[in-house]
Amino acid sequence: MSVGVETGIALRGLRKTYRTSDGPIEAVRGIDLDIAAGQTLALLGPNGAGKSTTIDMLLGLSRPDAGTVTVFGGTPEEAVAAGSVGAMLQAGALMRDLTVRELLLQLASLYPHAEDVDKTLELVEITQIANQRTQKLSGGQSQRVRFAMALLTNADLLVLDEPTVGMDVESRHAFWTTMRRLASGGRTVLFATHYLEEADEFADRIVLMAHGEIVADGTPNEIKAKVGSRTIRATLPDVPASDLESLPGVTAVERRGAGVVLACSDSDAAVRALVAAFPEAHNIEIGGGSLEAAFLELTA
Amino acid sequence: MTYLRYELLRTVRNRRFFIISLAIPVVIYLIVAASSHAKNLPGTGIPLKVYFMVSLAVFGSMNAVLGAGTRIAAERTTGWNRQLRLTPLSTRAYFGTKVFTGYAVAGATIALLYVVGAGFGVRLGAANWLEMTGYLLVGLVPFAALGILLGHLVTADAVGPTVGGASALLAFLGGVWFPVGTSGVLYYVAQALPSYWLVQASRVGLGASGWGREGWLVIGIWTFGAARLAMRAYARDTGRA
Repeated sequence: MSVGVETGIALRGLRKTYRTSDGPIEAVRGIDLDIAAGQTLALLGPNGAGKSTTIDMLLGLSRPDAGTVTVFGGTPEEAVAAGSVGAMLQAGALMRDLTVRELLLQLASLYPHAEDVDKTLELVEITQIANQRTQKLSGGQSQRVRFAMALLTNADLLVLDEPTVGMDVESRHAFWTTMRRLASGGRTVLFATHYLEEADEFADRIVLMAHGEIVADGTPNEIKAKVGSRTIRATLPDVPASDLESLPGVTAVERRGAGVVLACSDSDAAVRALVAAFPEAHNIEIGGGSLEAAFLELTA
Repeated sequence: MTYLRYELLRTVRNRRFFIISLAIPVVIYLIVAASSHAKNLPGTGIPLKVYFMVSLAVFGSMNAVLGAGTRIAAERTTGWNRQLRLTPLSTRAYFGTKVFTGYAVAGATIALLYVVGAGFGVRLGAANWLEMTGYLLVGLVPFAALGILLGHLVTADAVGPTVGGASALLAFLGGVWFPVGTSGVLYYVAQALPSYWLVQASRVGLGASGWGREGWLVIGIWTFGAARLAMRAYARDTGRA
């Protein structure tokens, strides 16, 4: 349980409720999590799962209603003050009236072990916009600058809140190529995403969140194994998804035209029940679980 | 230091703010001074070109220092302050930079008006120039605290009118544009305002004596009060205790 608490990150009993005009919203409902130093962890979950709220508390940007956060043996504020945290927040504009290079130089001056600005510009492939004013950048360019801001810190912990939102496929690929190269340096990386393939490919640990709680925690393979998830595909028109959902062993149903995809916790029971209840089902295939199926099952 | 250098650069590049703080007082002064050669303020022996030089120094520097609030509100609204809170920049250094920047612009405004005033033939003793400037710089302290307070209370959309309105009201009631006299309700209201004492500071240049105990007290109370409220607004804003 306490592995890596001294050098890593520990969240204990975190809770946060927001008051809104529609009544209180329990964004985070009791989270316990240890992250060992050097780990790359994906916080995966649909919108509204509490990922950003958890990250805000981890960074010290908002105070938990209950629970504690320890980052490298101290408070988040201490870790931030020591320059041990680099973060890429969701959205948010860049400060205007400076060029990209000037903005990075200004921020770099705050960190004890900052990376060379020109090297960072090159790494993120934004050298060509280095002399543009920040208010004149496109959305994708701003995103890259914010990535550069996080990398510039040379910090032991990188926190990225949905870093590839709004990027096209090519930029997203380039982003993760850069990240993969950097993560080998023993850095702790925590990123939030709702893209399954990003979590699957890049993280060595996935923490799945839904409704403000952790619903699964393990390597991508463990998560798939944990739910023992298999999928059944069959051609079966004209049957409502709700009828299929009530079959034993079935956890989720997706209709694709005339075909259906059943995510199963027990595919043996499910296939028997399917054939018994709907003899007209044909082209039946049973496949190994995808992370997507696990995701659907666990966050439903 | 590097951080401060780019903060200043950014301020200079922000045309709107720079024009409001620097150009407008000078333009108003040029219009007034050029059209009022040799005339005195009614009922006094003070030439208008002197009177308006010090008055506009008050108005311009007050706006420059309050301008810190405008920048803070903008950074809050765009989420930039969240990003800054994730850097090793301390809260103290953050506010220190904002206040210093405000003072730098205020200093430029005052210096520019002195130069233009001298160009129109304003002649004061060296001691008067220095003493007046010293009092002005101290008198601006509560406005720096007020600026930070407003910056944390108001959103970027509303901060322009709020700061503009506050500065216009304080300038009007404090006697920036015309003397508030020495009796009546307005006079008593004015005496409780930091802008009144800022105006008195500028009158040192016209040969008046500096603040008495009352002036120091009002400036001190406003500074303390605004700073305390600003700290509370900051704590509430950032969810920190």
